[in-house]
Amino acid sequence: THADMGYSFVSLSCVALCLEHQREDGHALVPPLIWKIKQQISTDPTLHADFAPALGLPEFTRRATELALGRECRAVVENRVLGIQTVGCTGAVRLGAQLLRCWYNRSTGWRGPVYIPSPFYAVFQAAGLPDVRQYRCWEAGQWAASEGHVLEDLRAAPEQAVVVLCATAYCPVATDLSQKHWKHLAHVLERRKLFPFFLMLGQGLCLGDPEQDAWPLRHCVSLGLELFCAQSFSHSFGLYGERVGHLLLVLKQNTLLLALQSQAESAVRSLWSRPATLGARVVATVLSNPANLAEWREGVRSAAERCVLIRERLREKLRLLGAPGSWDHLTQQGGLYCCTGLSAEQVAFLAKSRHVYLCNMDYVAESIHLALTSPL
Amino acid sequence: MAICLKVPQATPVAVFKLTADFREDSSPNKVNLGVGAYRTDDNQPWVLPVVKKVERMIVEDQSLNHEYLPILGLPEFRSSASKIALGDDSLAILENRVGGVQCLGGTGALKIGAEFLRRWYYGYNNTATPVYVSAPTWENHNGVFADAGFQDIRPYKYWNAEKRSLDLAGFLGDLESAPEHSIFVMHACAHNPTGIDPTPEEWKQIAEVMKRRNLFPFFDSAYQGFASGSLEKDAWAVRYFVSQGFELFCAQSFSKNFGLYNERVGNLTIVAKDNENLTRVLSQMEKIVRTIWSNPPSQGARVVALTLNSPELFAEWQENVKTMADRVLLMRAQLKAKLQALGTPGTWDHITQQIGMFSFTGLTPHQVEYLSKEKHIYLMASGRINMCGLTTKNIDYVAESIHEAVSTVQ
Repeated sequence: THADMGYSFVSLSCVALCLEHQREDGHALVPPLIWKIKQQISTDPTLHADFAPALGLPEFTRRATELALGRECRAVVENRVLGIQTVGCTGAVRLGAQLLRCWYNRSTGWRGPVYIPSPFYAVFQAAGLPDVRQYRCWEAGQWAASEGHVLEDLRAAPEQAVVVLCATAYCPVATDLSQKHWKHLAHVLERRKLFPFFLMLGQGLCLGDPEQDAWPLRHCVSLGLELFCAQSFSHSFGLYGERVGHLLLVLKQNTLLLALQSQAESAVRSLWSRPATLGARVVATVLSNPANLAEWREGVRSAAERCVLIRERLREKLRLLGAPGSWDHLTQQGGLYCCTGLSAEQVAFLAKSRHVYLCNMDYVAESIHLALTSPL
Repeated sequence: MAICLKVPQATPVAVFKLTADFREDSSPNKVNLGVGAYRTDDNQPWVLPVVKKVERMIVEDQSLNHEYLPILGLPEFRSSASKIALGDDSLAILENRVGGVQCLGGTGALKIGAEFLRRWYYGYNNTATPVYVSAPTWENHNGVFADAGFQDIRPYKYWNAEKRSLDLAGFLGDLESAPEHSIFVMHACAHNPTGIDPTPEEWKQIAEVMKRRNLFPFFDSAYQGFASGSLEKDAWAVRYFVSQGFELFCAQSFSKNFGLYNERVGNLTIVAKDNENLTRVLSQMEKIVRTIWSNPPSQGARVVALTLNSPELFAEWQENVKTMADRVLLMRAQLKAKLQALGTPGTWDHITQQIGMFSFTGLTPHQVEYLSKEKHIYLMASGRINMCGLTTKNIDYVAESIHEAVSTVQ
């Protein structure tokens, strides 16, 4: 998928999270905190197995909203925020896309465009929004985020367009937009009346601090913008298989909240009816208990640190091997993913001949070197 | 710029509203006969003992891979779920033309099946293909197919209100007059909301017409094992259709028979003409899944797979299922007996003739309103009650209240 878009990535996330807890077969172990909580849940006699509410477990949605927006968010206090538990980030994007299709600028029969740099375009199309467009976010050849390109393309977007933005460094845009850049971007969003749809995956794993990672989102909310945010808890909680997602809706007026809630319930009913509870229970247990929360914060902080170390090691190793090209971009990029700059053929070589998807950095470095220097 | 100045309130989902009203009622005598889940005789939800055991096993198992499941779900879940529906000795499975897609509960399975059919069923873009649902049916059937893009959703005759039985002639008549290649959504067993199922002989007649008229069977199987206590008996209709050479879908839910409502365990079983077709169908299913939930949640599927694939756990599960089915049968028998003993006007044989969680009592909307307002007994306006809401402690109160409602209100 990413290769289709002309650039390639190495995922650091699984490695980073589980560097201390990686098994011989390379698969991720459950982080100890999560394992402990899953145990508690499995032996808790008070927990029943009844359907969750359609919009999810209230304790989960409350905590997920708090994690994203902070405890003193004005929008929350003014009751303009709706939080919905979804089936992973994909589920959040799908639900959000459907709600936009039905209720965004309904009087004009709006059907797009949606500006999106990431692989979720198929989800928008399946939700009935076929007009999906890319905006540039890369400085090609330099493998760094290009603020200039982003702003240029968004300034040219028609008013009322939906713009999908990655709040945390997530593929394919391992973006390093600074706070200054984000302020410029937010200004354009406001002036051009664009509707931000944030994707926030791995909150906490990029800058090592959930609050810092959520800054772009919170800044837009503080400006009074109306927006959606799809959150995933897969990476930052090691809960990949449990599909824990959350759709955050921040409105301008709280008068719409109940109506929108009822429409969301109706939409969910035809998608999956109710969400699955285990993952949400785990996250809620972590976020609502101070000791657990502290342990989790420490976990994401050290994971983020390891990501940085891995980047440095990879760059250094490639330099020592004499791999062609410059590899500074590896450490200039931030976050969970790393845009290597390899071509599609080189990526295929890595997968087919070297079975590289993650793990041992020395092996990865050697493999990249081979990809660049052998006839393919 | 507001998202939309006029987002109207959606019509509340009836069963959600019922639950909300019940919750707000402070009467000590209140009874919830609208609940869609099993309850013990103490009116408590029941985590099946085998499920509790398996959940502990899963947590303790260090060898499990905790990454994303494949798009189509846990392989051992998909195969064992399809096997449960079609039987161990299923020829279709042996011929390698049966596949499964793990979905978010029965709703998810219906959703994926509907999305596929709209795109690929008979040519491209089948939005105009008629989809027939029983009159009455589970109200979400309409929603799921409509949202998938089908524009022509029609009822087929099913419930004979006067006789409180299956309107077979009407059903067969609608099958005869349906346009060829129409899709028919049928309840594999324990019809929701009426509780009336066709007999095997009646199913044979239904199948004969469907074969002749090239109609597509889409089974909804949410109560296998839960209805009669026997997995085989409850799967008879689906297996018969497969034996007659139909291509079909079967949306399976494990919410009720595993008591796993919260973990959303479902499977869309696909019976295709041959393996090549199956492979192509599954590849398109993957594309659809990727735009809705990407890959399904693992917990529930693991519980079911482990249980179905272990002889001891499987036996224990069958026992647990029988416990639930037996309690429902007992409540049916007792309710009918009490109504008859009270001399309640009308006939009440249908209570024990119907099967599964639900009973279409035949109560009128006014009588239903009377029950909720005057007696704090909550049930669907259609007269549907959930037998699991009845216990040995409240059954006298409920029987007397029904007697009162029927005697005093039209």
